[in-house]
Amino acid sequence: MVSFILPPAPTTDVKTTYGQEDLIKRSASNISPPARQLTPVAKLIDVSKCIGCKACEVACLEWNDMRTPVGVNTGVYDNPHDLTPDMFTTMRFTEWVNPESKNLEWLIRKDGCMHCADPGCLKACPAPGAIVQYSNGIVDFDHDKCIGCGYCVKGCPFNIPRISQVDNKAYKCTLCSDRVAVGQGPACAKACPTQAIVFGTKDEMKKHAEGRIKDLQSRGFKNAGLYDPPGVGGTHVMYVLHHNDQPQIYANLPNNPRISPVVELWKGATKYAGLAAMAAFAAIGVIHHLVTGPNKVSEEEERKAEELAGKGKTS
Amino acid sequence: MTAYDVERGDGVHPGQPVKVDRYTAGARVNHWITATCLVLLALSGLALFHPSLFFLTGLFGGGQTTRWIHPWIGVVLFFSFAGLFVRFWRANLWASEDGTWMARLADVLGGREERLPEIGKYNAGQKVVFWSMSVLIVILIASGILIWDQYFAAYSTVETKRFAVLIHALGAVAIICVWIVHVYAAIWVRGTIGAMTRGQVTGGWAWRHHRKWLRELVGGGKKA
Repeated sequence: MVSFILPPAPTTDVKTTYGQEDLIKRSASNISPPARQLTPVAKLIDVSKCIGCKACEVACLEWNDMRTPVGVNTGVYDNPHDLTPDMFTTMRFTEWVNPESKNLEWLIRKDGCMHCADPGCLKACPAPGAIVQYSNGIVDFDHDKCIGCGYCVKGCPFNIPRISQVDNKAYKCTLCSDRVAVGQGPACAKACPTQAIVFGTKDEMKKHAEGRIKDLQSRGFKNAGLYDPPGVGGTHVMYVLHHNDQPQIYANLPNNPRISPVVELWKGATKYAGLAAMAAFAAIGVIHHLVTGPNKVSEEEERKAEELAGKGKTS
Repeated sequence: MTAYDVERGDGVHPGQPVKVDRYTAGARVNHWITATCLVLLALSGLALFHPSLFFLTGLFGGGQTTRWIHPWIGVVLFFSFAGLFVRFWRANLWASEDGTWMARLADVLGGREERLPEIGKYNAGQKVVFWSMSVLIVILIASGILIWDQYFAAYSTVETKRFAVLIHALGAVAIICVWIVHVYAAIWVRGTIGAMTRGQVTGGWAWRHHRKWLRELVGGGKKA
């Protein structure tokens, strides 16, 4: 008999009400280290326990007071088919034939912001403070400061942010930062009937995942493991995958996500070398002028021109 | 016979000093529309390029306005520059003396014009500026449309957009550097700016910097 594993109770270790003093990263800004360190939190999504009921989607819409238009059926279970500015999470269904067991496996992954420790969106954002990261790991968008440029979309290794056509601002999962701030878990975790989604401190969630992975391995899923990709410094939304050796089978979950080197180059060397190049050109101009002085036309040259023009007139 | 670099409206007015028509009113208006667009694009683009320059969004009424207005100014610049291109491209074709001019860049920068060959309407430096601007504006409008997410987000992949935004930034840095060269040259070479404000330069200026062009004008190489 395998006893049913209860998720951890809403943790008492999650500190409440955070503000500016809890920021560890702020887009397009230099900030001093936070005055206090909140306990890192995480949402753990156990894909093996997900039944695809979409209660999390509904809870997300409910809590964030969003309405998403009625979709169309294109022959797959995905609904909505993609994340939108009004849909921060969506179930992605994959029918996968396990080449070893020949079993059809129905893989259901709840997609949404992964809350990277090294967030590409924040790195790409040009608007100071439009994207922030709290010391508990939550990456949040401040819509008052968002300018709608879409750079976060380019920075994100998971293709998560969506720009609203209504107010031209970027939207994504907040990890229910407003709920977490007052000691509650995210709405999706609260609604999940199978406790496939659980929330707590990152340490608790890793420990909980260990138990789940052992259980899966005992059932023959020898590659079961925790998806907490190191390429983005780990994430504050983690998956338990029965096939952690090939995350891409879960609707193209990136195998080794990292901020694109193109984005790193754009937001790194280009930014500094670009300003330096422009400053150098301007400085060379000033120095050249100081050294050579103005390039002036002499009286003699005016006379030469008069002679030439005079000749031209008479000829 | 009409010389390749004598443009419509170019002409000589004998007198003391000699006055030379260099740019028509149409060319000047076209130039200043382009120039205004380029400056506004540089300011709004730099605002989004480096956090220390984000304050420049204030000139445009905030970040959101800067974000939507920048591409539209780019469209105006593209068509305005296209007008300049049509006017100026022929006179900016590479000529045999341009290689010599380039080889003697030290004399150019030292202001020793007597050691340079006689030059047509544009010298090699001006031609490099012209063609650099032309190529960079095409690169910038193409990469810019790819990252104009408000209307064109659906037409390219995120990976394509990443390259586009990098190329757009690099192209913008390059064109600003070219612009600095252009503006500096106009300031350093005294008597130049009048060409784009009043449309005229003095005969001495033409003699010193564009003697071949002046000879062509005097010799009757005028277009209507």
